[in-house]
Amino acid sequence: MATAERAVYAAQPSHPGSRHYGGIWSWVFTVDHKKIGILYGVTAFVFFMMGGLEALLVRSQLAVPNNTVVTGDAYNELFTMHATTMVFLALMPMSVAFFNIVVPLQIGARDVAFPRLNAFSYWVFLCGGLLINSSFIFGGAPDAGWFGYANLTELPYNHVTHGIDFWILGLQVLGVASMAGAFNFLVTIVNMRAPGMSFMRMPLFTWMTLVTSILLMLAFPVITVALIELMFDRFVGTNFFNPTAGADPILWQHFFWLFGHPEVYILILPAMGIVSDVLPTFSRKPLFGYPVVAYSGVAIGFMAWGVWAHHMFSTGLGPVADSVFSITTMLIAVPTGIKIFNWIGTMVGGSLRFSTPMLFAIGFIAMFVIGGLSGVMLASPPADWVENDTYFVVAHIHYVLFGGTMFGLFAGIYYWFPKVTGRMLDEKFGKIHFWLTMIGMNVTFFVQHMVGLDGMPRRIYTYPSGMGWDLPNLISTIGAFILAASVLVFLYNFASSVRWGTIAGNDPWDGRTLEWTIPSPPPEYNFKKIPIVHARDPFWEQKYPSAGGGHAIPAIAGAAHDAEESGEEEHIHIPDPSIYPFFAAVGFALTMAGLLVSSAPLTAGITTGIMIAPGASLPSWLSVVGLLTMLWGIYGWAFEPVSGY
Amino acid sequence: MAQVSLPADHAAEHEQTSTGLSNRKLLMWSFLGSECLFFGTLISTYLVYRNHSLVGPLPQNVFDIPYTSVSAFVLLMSSLTMVLALAAIQHGNVRQMRVWLLATALLGTVFVSGQVYEFTGFVRDGLSLQKNLFGTTFFVLTGFHGAHVTVGVIMLFSIFLNSFRGKVTQKDSLTVELAGLYWHFVDVVWIVIFTVVYLLPY
Repeated sequence: MATAERAVYAAQPSHPGSRHYGGIWSWVFTVDHKKIGILYGVTAFVFFMMGGLEALLVRSQLAVPNNTVVTGDAYNELFTMHATTMVFLALMPMSVAFFNIVVPLQIGARDVAFPRLNAFSYWVFLCGGLLINSSFIFGGAPDAGWFGYANLTELPYNHVTHGIDFWILGLQVLGVASMAGAFNFLVTIVNMRAPGMSFMRMPLFTWMTLVTSILLMLAFPVITVALIELMFDRFVGTNFFNPTAGADPILWQHFFWLFGHPEVYILILPAMGIVSDVLPTFSRKPLFGYPVVAYSGVAIGFMAWGVWAHHMFSTGLGPVADSVFSITTMLIAVPTGIKIFNWIGTMVGGSLRFSTPMLFAIGFIAMFVIGGLSGVMLASPPADWVENDTYFVVAHIHYVLFGGTMFGLFAGIYYWFPKVTGRMLDEKFGKIHFWLTMIGMNVTFFVQHMVGLDGMPRRIYTYPSGMGWDLPNLISTIGAFILAASVLVFLYNFASSVRWGTIAGNDPWDGRTLEWTIPSPPPEYNFKKIPIVHARDPFWEQKYPSAGGGHAIPAIAGAAHDAEESGEEEHIHIPDPSIYPFFAAVGFALTMAGLLVSSAPLTAGITTGIMIAPGASLPSWLSVVGLLTMLWGIYGWAFEPVSGY
Repeated sequence: MAQVSLPADHAAEHEQTSTGLSNRKLLMWSFLGSECLFFGTLISTYLVYRNHSLVGPLPQNVFDIPYTSVSAFVLLMSSLTMVLALAAIQHGNVRQMRVWLLATALLGTVFVSGQVYEFTGFVRDGLSLQKNLFGTTFFVLTGFHGAHVTVGVIMLFSIFLNSFRGKVTQKDSLTVELAGLYWHFVDVVWIVIFTVVYLLPY
């Protein structure tokens, strides 16, 4: 089996004097994709709960008419931070956690292509999240919606707090993290597949990660430029979105949604990938129409770029633009529908096991169909003009992003938890969690369709009684608390299963893909030998050679005898932990935070609710320290010898 | 972006990737793809607001086309010297590579200095970031391009200095190639900017 031993970094000499960090530092300076994935997942879930608390406050305020739980200003901050947190700090990084943990295992790689860049992504993401949320401490959170429409965010209209400045800089920081991650996973998937793992043999989750990475790396520059322009408007006084100088604030909407619509698919495609891997496993059948599902994902990725103006029908684009974007939007439902039928086709005739991952995957299909259908309704401009800015849209996005993405992510958590921890999540609590989530989700959001069609606008902090909105809003709020209870059940299940869960073994679900061939939790080097892939669903083919009809060759165990194996282990290269990504990331975030502080005198010059920088000496100090730290980090990184053990 | 000049340890990974393309080169290409959207958005902003300024000074009042043509020529020539630097190191000629790298970096420096001088002239003519839409969009677009050239110059100088520590040899030619890819990209962007900002008649 000489061909089988193809260690990725085999040619590199192993350095005896490898660096090693213990305790918490082993996490801070780690470059191991599995550890970084865990960091991503845990951090994202903490942010998910923060976003959930914000949602609970929003729903408490709206529970009854003329309520006074929070003020109007606080309400604006809450819904803005709820959406910003959920999109950028919870759902996206939770998907990235799966990219990190699962993708290298699924393609038979020892790590991602750039382990240190990967660590850098995580620390930048964490700093960005903390930066945005620190606005709560420093006087006021952003309050112009997650879309930050120009005019609402421009200095003359929004200068009481620095919330928008935090939002601008925080999103820039997060954008860098997302783009660095996207480059990394693109290169990893294109370049580090095990021998035989052709594109058409890749597991669907890896496929969707590839499409998502391409969307990320192309969509984020657009929002970056838009944020830079807004930042210049606020900090330096330029005119990008200033109508009195002849500018058109609608330009912001074009840029935001040119980013924002691909972003919607960035949020949903990874969940679709998870579901496409879970369904075949629990149906004990190959994915129905694999190439069609993969190509549908690619088609969605392309078409995502041609639909952005459906967010802008009510801005008066004119009948031609409205028609074009209406048609493209309805067309994008076609590849999505194809996927749904293929998922159903996968289950038809399968021997189904309704374990928790499967329940969430089926829940995903059901909820996503509802969200997709209301999306097609919104794609028609005349209907959109009625439904725009009502709770109908709120119901739609929550069916897509909660019923869709979050259900998919929960399916992934239950599915891959045994691989990461070596223990199973408890099935009984898993089912309670699923049903509470399913019921809570529908109780919360289904009535919002009706109250929206009845004319209740979104983003209002209260409403008078007697509009017919009282009961639906109360139901909605009750549903939100059911959802909160479901999260508590999940937390309990998670905490107890990490310690006392049933030992999982390598392959608890009778899995089909490479990650199930290795121990749980995987050793640091993942694969003792890089596997050779001879089929789609390689592990399944290996376990049940007759099922696929192909000639099944053992993927990893090989014919290696002991001496050979011990000889090979010397070739396994594990990159050293590195301190530089962490410091480069912190330095970058400090530089941005410093910009914010130095902007304080400018903004405070107009009127001021808060003072971030009491002294004028602070700004230069913070930015300079940040910049020096970042430069030191980058240079140290660039010149750090790539060693390992 | 940060892995400007990784040491030679990755040289062997070239033939081990699924595509045969090295990881670092693929990273650079995807980064440049991302940069296309970055500059695309900035250039779109400029074009959307073209001729929308309510007050002067307007482009036709301040532009000195012959001057900018010369500086554009300087930047384009730096692409030639960059190619020569890469050819030199691929043939193992470190000394010649140093000469051409230095030439490239200096040509880049001349371009950036010329841009700074040009900007000061515009400011003297009354144009500023805040003055009108032309000032806003022009300075931010060309300023970000200038910042990219500056980063490129720093990269080239870093490789240049590193070569004296014996860290840039024939088998590290990929490092020079990557810096070159970035450099050519920045040049191509300038061709687009020069055309749509300076040469299209107002």
